[in-house]
Amino acid sequence: MEKNNLKGWLYLIPAVLFLGVFMVYPLIDVFIYSFEEGYNSASQTYFGVGMYNYEYVLHDPYFLQAVKNTFILVIITVPLSTGLALLISVGLSSIQKLRNLFQTVYFLPYVTNTLAVGLVFMILFEKTPYTEGLVNLIINWFGGESVDFITGPYWAKMFVLCFYTVWVVLPFKILILTSALASVKQELYNAARVDGTPKWRIFWRITMPMISPTVFYLVITGFIGAFKAYSDAVALFGTDLNAAEMNTIVGYVYDMLYGTGGGYPSFASAAAIILFAIVLTITCINLLISKKHVHY
Amino acid sequence: MMKTNGWQRPHKKGSSMKVVLKHLTKKFPNRNKKAGGDVIAVNDFDFEIPDGKLIGLLGPSGCGKSTTLNLLCGLLKPTDGQIFFGEDDVTDLPAENRGVGLVFQNYALYPHLTVRQNIIFPLQNLRGKDKLSREEMDARALEAAKLVQIDMLMDRKPSELSGGQQQRVAIARALVKMPRLLLLDEPLSNLDARLRLQTREELKRIQNETRITTVFVTHDQEEAMSISDMIVVMKDGDLQQIGRPQQVYEDPVNLFVAKFLGTPPINVFAGEVRGGGVYIGGECVLGAAGVPDGPVTVTVRPEGFVLKDGGPFGCGLKNVEVMGRDITVVCTNPCCEAPAVRAIISAENIAQITGTQVRFALKPAKVYLFDAATQARIRCELTE
Repeated sequence: MEKNNLKGWLYLIPAVLFLGVFMVYPLIDVFIYSFEEGYNSASQTYFGVGMYNYEYVLHDPYFLQAVKNTFILVIITVPLSTGLALLISVGLSSIQKLRNLFQTVYFLPYVTNTLAVGLVFMILFEKTPYTEGLVNLIINWFGGESVDFITGPYWAKMFVLCFYTVWVVLPFKILILTSALASVKQELYNAARVDGTPKWRIFWRITMPMISPTVFYLVITGFIGAFKAYSDAVALFGTDLNAAEMNTIVGYVYDMLYGTGGGYPSFASAAAIILFAIVLTITCINLLISKKHVHY
Repeated sequence: MMKTNGWQRPHKKGSSMKVVLKHLTKKFPNRNKKAGGDVIAVNDFDFEIPDGKLIGLLGPSGCGKSTTLNLLCGLLKPTDGQIFFGEDDVTDLPAENRGVGLVFQNYALYPHLTVRQNIIFPLQNLRGKDKLSREEMDARALEAAKLVQIDMLMDRKPSELSGGQQQRVAIARALVKMPRLLLLDEPLSNLDARLRLQTREELKRIQNETRITTVFVTHDQEEAMSISDMIVVMKDGDLQQIGRPQQVYEDPVNLFVAKFLGTPPINVFAGEVRGGGVYIGGECVLGAAGVPDGPVTVTVRPEGFVLKDGGPFGCGLKNVEVMGRDITVVCTNPCCEAPAVRAIISAENIAQITGTQVRFALKPAKVYLFDAATQARIRCELTE
């Protein structure tokens, strides 16, 4: 037994070393920084220890704005993208012709560069003195007023950000869901058909329970991914997100570290720890709910 | 008493439902496009399944048995021909509206639902005037569960049941809506030998009690023979023979049917008819008056051999398998298609087997002649 234990640890050493140096140590460090007031990474000095960093961050209007933005983004995009992905994958699974073509089309965004796509979205939505932008042309065509989606009102910018986020995360979800749907045994559908089950009932009573583990996996990773959103906002609104009122929590952390007027690792650490607490709470809630509703 | 457990005759209108297949054909496009043409899974089936009987669809793998079943339940559309349930043409009726019960080979129980929920599932689909209250559904489910004797397992999940129990749940789910026709696809193939024996008797009992017209598919001839009222023997999508099991066993129409039925299998010899006598390897074993001379295939059921000193048919003795009541004499004959000839004789005659040679007389009723080329039965009067 003892000998085997030693052998096991020996095998684990590379992974333990690697994870320890690059994951565990930095995590602990961040936690420590978040309590050290005015920590300076160049001189490795700080004034004192306490809750000041948290107090500052929680009263910073930019941080509160970032939290608000992030929560709106999460609440809108996670259910919307999961629902849409479900709808599309069920559609994909039920067609025979051109299925591969559509699968490829829906998967394309996944292999496209996020920033390039952001640029395209900007061009689609932007309103400049010279051009109205494609989306505004469509709105005008239906008799609506032009809206400045990139530098205009808050709801318009949030709409573009949500739209873009959904569009970016959709392909992965469709990919996972189509394979989950394909793994449901045809026999179960046949049995349900012979028993005279209407289509909608087959979906809710058989398909959904059978793919529920996958759906919950997507919801949980979706929540985590959306809470960590940053590059999407940068792609659309540029790097000065605070000015655009479009900052996210991760964006705030970045700005505190490297942004103009940055260089506050203590504040950044505190914000990061707050984000960690939020994500942890939400994930725990998700897991509790999933225990009740996910089969197997 | 047929109606135990308070089970009602399921038929709503009238009292009987026979099933009639009229020139039923199903072709599948060939997967290998270069080979071209279609694969004919079911070729021009034209027969009637009488009301309230248990029918066994029998044939080797890939002969179209399951396709026939899927045509009957509506999961597949026939290429040609019609299906009638009683007087109603159901050919174009989708599976959802046919009201048949189907038990799948792998049972296809809903893994996330309990036994009770599985059995109730078909009842919850009933709408309009057939809609049942929750109490009625529970009562019906319990009734069906009692019939297959799983009423004590109602709150388990399928994964917590043994294969035999799962199979019973599948049957209960198929029966609960009181179908006009019950279909079973290889119902016993996933059970171990002992359970298979037990379950096939259960099937017969359930069918007897419910009197639902039942069709089941199997490749196991023993299974089909033992419980069917009628068997349908198929090969490569073609119907070979229909009839009562004993009748088909005793009077096969061709070599395939003769070889397919019976364990141990029938012994097949290359023989010849010459001057009104049947010859196997130069020995005249039986008389066959009125059969034209020429090569024939001679088949002898294992129970068709009688030990007889100086009998007309001689074989080299290999060994003797003692089974208790009977013994199997395993011997060799150069004209036999298989490496060994198996003869089943009564154990009382074991003392007569000595030396390296055995001689048999053949029972004429257990010997069939087939055309060597077409493999069709040559009907004739055989004499010792």
